[in-house]
Amino acid sequence: MADRPGVAVENRGVGVQIEHLDAYYGNRRVLHDITLNVAPNTVTAIIGPSGCGKSTLIRCLNRMHEVTPGARSTGKVMLDGDDIYAAGVDPVVIRQRIGMVFQRPNPFPTMSIYDNVVAGLKLAGIRDRSLLDEVAERSLRRAALWDEVRDKLGAPGGALSGGQQQRLCIARAIAVEPEVVLMDEPASALDPMSTLKIEELIDALRTSYTIVIVTHNMQQAARVSDQTAFLTVGEEGSGFLVEEGPTPLIFTNPRRQLTEVDISGRFG
Amino acid sequence: MTVQVGAVRAELGRRRPRFGEPVFRGLVALASLTVLAIIAGLIIVIASTASTGIAHNGLGFLWGTTWDPVRNVFGALPFIYGTLLTAVTALILAMLIGVGVALFLVELSPRWLAGPLGFMIEMLAAIPSVVYGLWGIFVLAPWLRDYVEVPLHSTLGWLPFFSGYPIGIGNLAAVVVLTIMVLPTVAAVSRDVISAVPGSQREAALALGATRWETIRMGVLPYARSGILGAGILGLARGVGETMAVTMVIGNSPTISLSFLAQGYTMASVIANEFTEATTNVYRSSLIEIGLLLLIVTLIVNAAARLLVWRVSYTSTSRSLAA
Repeated sequence: MADRPGVAVENRGVGVQIEHLDAYYGNRRVLHDITLNVAPNTVTAIIGPSGCGKSTLIRCLNRMHEVTPGARSTGKVMLDGDDIYAAGVDPVVIRQRIGMVFQRPNPFPTMSIYDNVVAGLKLAGIRDRSLLDEVAERSLRRAALWDEVRDKLGAPGGALSGGQQQRLCIARAIAVEPEVVLMDEPASALDPMSTLKIEELIDALRTSYTIVIVTHNMQQAARVSDQTAFLTVGEEGSGFLVEEGPTPLIFTNPRRQLTEVDISGRFG
Repeated sequence: MTVQVGAVRAELGRRRPRFGEPVFRGLVALASLTVLAIIAGLIIVIASTASTGIAHNGLGFLWGTTWDPVRNVFGALPFIYGTLLTAVTALILAMLIGVGVALFLVELSPRWLAGPLGFMIEMLAAIPSVVYGLWGIFVLAPWLRDYVEVPLHSTLGWLPFFSGYPIGIGNLAAVVVLTIMVLPTVAAVSRDVISAVPGSQREAALALGATRWETIRMGVLPYARSGILGAGILGLARGVGETMAVTMVIGNSPTISLSFLAQGYTMASVIANEFTEATTNVYRSSLIEIGLLLLIVTLIVNAAARLLVWRVSYTSTSRSLAA
């Protein structure tokens, strides 16, 4: 975080190490002893059946899980070597370093497109108009949205189509130049063309960020990710990691029987 | 299989013709027409009984500042002014407190507290108006005089808002009582509106590194703003029309003063106070003319507020297209 905020730097993604992570809703354990290594500047896909806790896992990575009443977690999540759950760590600071894109596009509907993009910068106290303009344009360009909205930056964010809204949310997330971008099924609410655009976007963004994406779409995971982590539901109802590894390996040569069944069979 | 299907079809066919349908339609149509008829009848009767006053007072009724039934001089401005001054000031205060209460209940309060607290706020609306008036006269007004008006007058008395004599009964007491009476409406409606803001909006702000307050400011309030304005309209409607409690504490003096320490009068109060002594035709008709005016002011306030809500929500209507 030494460089000027809002200035793009290549290869600035950092690694994330998840160590013995357990997550709970009240007394119900939804994640069991997850240990997973996410390398810098890679795209890691988290896949698995419904209810395996893949969304919970990704929400643990920027401390969004604990926002839900009754939700908590144990274990460590190391961001660039520092545990984000260590005492005294402010989740607000963590979330500035780790951006997130949600399943349903959630732009601020009353804010203009421009204000949506720079919302995070304004939160960080940046008021310099020329810097904001510069970051807004660059972020929208990188989110492949600039050409569609350049003439209506003042229009409300809610006025865009679903696919455009999701790209706006991606622009908003990357505008603050996070080190990691989390995506929780970012294309599952979108049509095929918008999905394709989002996937192309992920491919383009991998040079600058570490990306962790949850998806229920196996082909999508195969298309966009370098690494794949496969979760499933254990007998007592909590999700656990079956295996992880380079995506081509997981999809063509799964080491465990369970993975093979799930990957080739039940999902598509 | 085919036999069964045939049997069901025969059974279905036997149920026609349906008499319930037109009867039901007629009944609900009649119910709605009744409402229209009541409103139309009300306006016609008020307008026609006010006609003597309208003819006598002319347009000057609207800006006349003298109300002297003995000399048959009727000017309604002090009442219009008093109504708007107390209702609008009370609404501003009630909005500040009510939206704060609503935000606390939805965003911050632990669950075990939110339920009872919300219920108690709604209870405020169940207290009869005359009880507020009694409390206003015997408890609030003396307390305001000793602990609020005297200090305000001695320190800020040079301001027109705090000039005059601190006697407790007056505009300030009316504003405070009205604020308490409007508060439950504003708080309860705002609470419902704020809890209807989707969690995804809060998450959007949180994920950008927003603090709790920034999340409210960025994700919650903009989304809820048209509904909160709607809460204000309901509150204002109650404030403009409130009669009993205000009559008991405002002092009932037809003067126009900027001072919160001065005594005032509202449209609703003058009707309630003077209809028994309105012995001449012109006097009685002028009071009814005030009633007509009150109706018109209420309509204008509602129309203006509705326009405001429409304008505000216009920019955010597209949010429903998002999903």
